[in-house]
Amino acid sequence: MRLEYFEMIDRVVGLDRDAKRIEARSTVPTESPVFEGHFPGHPLVPGVLLTETMAQASGYLVLGLMDFSHMPFLMAVDKARFRTFVGPGTVLAITATLEHEGSGYAVTKARIAVEGKPICDAELRFRIMPFPADLSEQMRGQARRIGLLEAA
Amino acid sequence: MSSTFETVAGIISDTADIPRDQITPESHAIDDLGIDSLAFLDIAFAIDKAFGIKLPLEQWTQEVNEGKAPAEEYFVLKNLVARIDALIAAKNA
Repeated sequence: MRLEYFEMIDRVVGLDRDAKRIEARSTVPTESPVFEGHFPGHPLVPGVLLTETMAQASGYLVLGLMDFSHMPFLMAVDKARFRTFVGPGTVLAITATLEHEGSGYAVTKARIAVEGKPICDAELRFRIMPFPADLSEQMRGQARRIGLLEAA
Repeated sequence: MSSTFETVAGIISDTADIPRDQITPESHAIDDLGIDSLAFLDIAFAIDKAFGIKLPLEQWTQEVNEGKAPAEEYFVLKNLVARIDALIAAKNA
């Protein structure tokens, strides 16, 4: 997990096409400039970055299910709940399930757990669009890096 | 008024925070009700869920953009409701 580069997913550990579900893992870095401000002397992963983590897992789920035909862009966050603090070095288990595939949009439910304990969850919506120029190969590269292509 | 219209009007009122009495079958979702594209996708999601259908938004958008159909065909509520009823009928056929 590289917070400063918005690389929130370390590894995809499973993509279940029938259940339309993805499982991923990430380890919060022990050090990051993010922690210098959030908060001084009391480092916590900001809720907005946990939301981004759930959104990226959901995005990779959509990419995998659609075989990279379109790009999902986050457009709505509903019912986000942050149930406890997340500090440096924490290992996150991220899951996302496709709740609805509409025409030009998709809806997921995502959650993060630590050692089986719920940390946060949200309902996320994405606009599904044709890939902007050159982004498709970059996203495939990212997907390869985190093992999505193997899991798919 | 049809139950489909009542359901759709309720969804629009709740989702876009528009007073229910301002929503009529003749209302244009964009021009009269001021619904933007993000809010319309919220409404589409609620309609998809409520009726168990999939509004073909991409196809409609393409037809409007290519000049094959006027936007009123999809965005005036009585026309939208007619299309929803047709999708429900097709699903149940």
